[in-house]
Amino acid sequence: MTKEYKTITEIAGPLIFLEKTEPVGYGELVHINLPDGTTKRGQVLDSSADVVAVQVFEGTGGLNEESGVVFSGETIKLPVSKDMLGRILSGSGEPLDGGPSIIPEDRVDVNGASMNPYSRMPPEDFIQTGISTIDGTNTLVRGQKLPIFSGSGLPHNEIALQIARQAKVPGSDEDFAVVFAAMGITNEEAQYFMQDFEKTGALERAVVFLNLADDPAVERIVTPRMALTAAEYLAYEHDMHVLVILTDITNYCEALRQMGAAREEVPGRRGYPGYMYTDLASLYERAGVIKGLKGSVTQFSILTMPGDDITHPIPDLSGYITEGQIVVSRELHRKGIYPPINVLPSLSRLMNSGIGDGKTRDDHKAVSDQMYAGYAEGRDLRGLVAIVGKEALSERDQRILEFADLFEDRFVRQGRDENRTIEDTLSVSWEILSELPESLLTRIDNKYIDKYHPAHKSN
Amino acid sequence: MKGEIYRVAGPVVTIMGIKPKMYDVVHVGNEGLMGEVIKIEGDKATVQVYEDTSGVKPGEPVVNTGMSLSVELGPGLLESIYDGIQRPLKVLQEQMGDFIQRGVTADGLDRERVWDFKAVASVGDVVEGGDVIGVVQETMNVEHKIMVPPTVSGTIKDVRSGDFKVDDTVCTLEDGTELSMVQKWPVRLPRPVTKKLMPTKPLITGQRILDGLFPVAKGGTAAIPGPFGSGKTVTQQQLAKWSDTDIVVYIGCGERGNEMADVLNEFPELQDPKTGRPLMERTVLIANTSNMPVAAREASVYTGITIAEYYRDMGYDVSLMADSTSRWAEAMREISSRLEEMPGEEGYPAYLSARLSEFYERAGCVHSLSGEEGSITVIGAVSPPGGDFSEPVTQNTLRIVKVFWALDAKLAQRRHFPSINWLTSYSLYTEGLSGWFGENVSPEWVSLRNNAMDMLQQESELQEIVQLVGSDALPENQQLILEICRMLREYFLQQNAFHPVDTYCSFDKQYKLLKSISTYGDKAMIALESGIPMSEILALESKDDLAKVKFEEDFDGVLNEVLAKMDKEFAKLGGN
Repeated sequence: MTKEYKTITEIAGPLIFLEKTEPVGYGELVHINLPDGTTKRGQVLDSSADVVAVQVFEGTGGLNEESGVVFSGETIKLPVSKDMLGRILSGSGEPLDGGPSIIPEDRVDVNGASMNPYSRMPPEDFIQTGISTIDGTNTLVRGQKLPIFSGSGLPHNEIALQIARQAKVPGSDEDFAVVFAAMGITNEEAQYFMQDFEKTGALERAVVFLNLADDPAVERIVTPRMALTAAEYLAYEHDMHVLVILTDITNYCEALRQMGAAREEVPGRRGYPGYMYTDLASLYERAGVIKGLKGSVTQFSILTMPGDDITHPIPDLSGYITEGQIVVSRELHRKGIYPPINVLPSLSRLMNSGIGDGKTRDDHKAVSDQMYAGYAEGRDLRGLVAIVGKEALSERDQRILEFADLFEDRFVRQGRDENRTIEDTLSVSWEILSELPESLLTRIDNKYIDKYHPAHKSN
Repeated sequence: MKGEIYRVAGPVVTIMGIKPKMYDVVHVGNEGLMGEVIKIEGDKATVQVYEDTSGVKPGEPVVNTGMSLSVELGPGLLESIYDGIQRPLKVLQEQMGDFIQRGVTADGLDRERVWDFKAVASVGDVVEGGDVIGVVQETMNVEHKIMVPPTVSGTIKDVRSGDFKVDDTVCTLEDGTELSMVQKWPVRLPRPVTKKLMPTKPLITGQRILDGLFPVAKGGTAAIPGPFGSGKTVTQQQLAKWSDTDIVVYIGCGERGNEMADVLNEFPELQDPKTGRPLMERTVLIANTSNMPVAAREASVYTGITIAEYYRDMGYDVSLMADSTSRWAEAMREISSRLEEMPGEEGYPAYLSARLSEFYERAGCVHSLSGEEGSITVIGAVSPPGGDFSEPVTQNTLRIVKVFWALDAKLAQRRHFPSINWLTSYSLYTEGLSGWFGENVSPEWVSLRNNAMDMLQQESELQEIVQLVGSDALPENQQLILEICRMLREYFLQQNAFHPVDTYCSFDKQYKLLKSISTYGDKAMIALESGIPMSEILALESKDDLAKVKFEEDFDGVLNEVLAKMDKEFAKLGGN
């Protein structure tokens, strides 16, 4: 078991190749002892009777042919325990906070296994985030994976933190936890998150995994898997509702590309590996609710779109896996609107199962559709106004144009600590919808107009 | 025959020591993981493994089954939920819990379940492949015909009715061949038919834009490409729910687990509009979600279409939804790149186009071996990266399919659902089906439809002018066209999949709705020509009332009221 091989024949980028080993398992964890006495860790990528390829998590700096390689005989496992709550760990699961190492209740393979679709419970518990553009028009439910698509310089971290602070299922008081995984973010950004967690007391309920910008890129490949393993453990073994925040998926994909290039693989679009969809799916799909179990894993990842381009392979492939996306807009940000969420390209696929009578309110869907339709048309009209002037618009169009402004100003804009209940969100919606002529409210059944329209509502 | 593993690299394993045939199924490693031979080179062979290979080592044993990847066909397929290689997910859950572990095999069909077999052939009958020897009531409305496997023929020596399990012998031939209710068929080989026919009947989906503007024929092929969030999955699910076929095969190929869970939850509750029975009773679901092994994803569409062919051979109309064929293509790409094959366009293998056309060609309206008429309609979702339709999967698909439902992110953003673009979509079946529409819907239908299409075309041209000068600058009759098109879009094309009434719209309702909009248009045009101001025509209450008729339970009643009101209002205006 503890046999050490000194048969490295090639070192290329993050990879080492060695010969004449006993049979080694695919995906096995590897310890590498450097001549200077330090130890690095790696994972088997390709194992044949002749040559074994290993990717080294901490980078191959300082490695030479003298280094000894020990195969552990098992795949990468994370020691898990309820005591992980409140702890800060490195990107590969070592304690960073100076505390003792975690006494494991169990050791779990970080790659996880795929959940049997038959065991899944369709997510349907409404999570109130207190942000109107999410609760009202892109509702989040428990067990969903809903990423924030953002750009550099936009306040996605603030939004993520506001959600982490405010998110709750109205009327329930169940055990919850936050698992935060930083992948390649700067020290400063990490500090920002940590301070907020400490300030609000959230740290006690959190497990933090930190792989910062100057940590080895290869380690980023395991960081989210560690985090999700911890999350699944807390959710399914300890009945907690876990919110997982992964940031930044873009850095993760860069690491994946770097690995692919080092392995001399045939690249796919923009040099990203052809299996990136499958790889991302193996992260994102680890969210959900299982029939008969109390806990749940909800994912809220942050992804910065290179060049604000939503068709870039990273947001594109993500969008095909996640159940919607929240798109942060530079245009709204420049207008000084917080949170600058553009609802038009945003979407929550599971919204319909989380809203309506008994969950939020019976008129929720109709109100949301009507606002979408109005705002979309209003934004188109803005383009027209730039050419022909406001006067050339018909009366109807002018009202819609005003609606779009009201929508941004009253519905989208809110304070950084403003925690709107769903009732607040829907009242704001009706206030601005009532500025439109009733004949334009074609998406809303008459019974809701009678019941909720400020002009009709009997007090 | 035993061999051993030489190399493991993810889902691709190289074996040596045995001489398999191409596409043989082999079991690799100590846990006996299932895989398929995809390349043979000297004394080595490459296997794509349908399960996770972590921890598998060189030197572990390999066993060849000598069979290619096959599915079990027989009673019990309906109401089942399978993974990509026909393992029932329910059985997997019972055996290994909520997460899918590996090395577990499970029969596609329940071996313990007893079926009431009624023989229809008699002793002494000469039978050949495809002939029906007996029937089993599989679900309340589906009679499962037990057929002689395509490769078998002979004279019946013994056949008996009674209660049997699927692999009990129900029929013996003179030459000693024993037939049970289950037959195996290799998934990559199309099941034989006598003759392929031209499709002449529409697949009625209850979706106005599909039935009304871009119909697909039973036995036809359609593609739904669209960027994420444009409603592919909802459209596919609507088709699976409401299509007027006898059997539905729904393949969730590399898609989201939660969505599959939703389907699994919803289908048993929903009613088949034709029979009133739970939809699940006519459905076979195949769920290979995006995080399940990639090789099984590649196999899942073949598993699905083979099951579809089996029901087609009984003389049923089958519809098959594959969501999404892009994930299937990506699985091919991933395996191809692990084989270090020379890539074609965008890294896809050079045989992408051939594989796609082979798959879609398995659709069609046929005379089966026993002379029954059956059909398979294939509807494939395509997920083009960045919503760019010029990418290889979309382009290769469009070269084959006859119906193109182009989803449009812009429409989806303004919550125009189904967000199918009426200008870029097409159906090559409209001509061929016009006879059927004339007979079964209304002689007027084709001209109503063509008129609506014309108007929508005009609208797009007028919109370009409006973008430059504003709508007030248009002459009044053109403004009226814009208004009628808005009605077409909002009252007719938009359909709410989540509304209990609007989710399914019969042809009768579609016709009446389109006819009413056209009536308003004609009357308005006459009124306008006789000098009545535009604003008064647009202010008619009955016009706005028409918007909500589609949501009414009592559709005919409300529609007649609205039309009567419209008559009155126009009469009041004068001119008509």
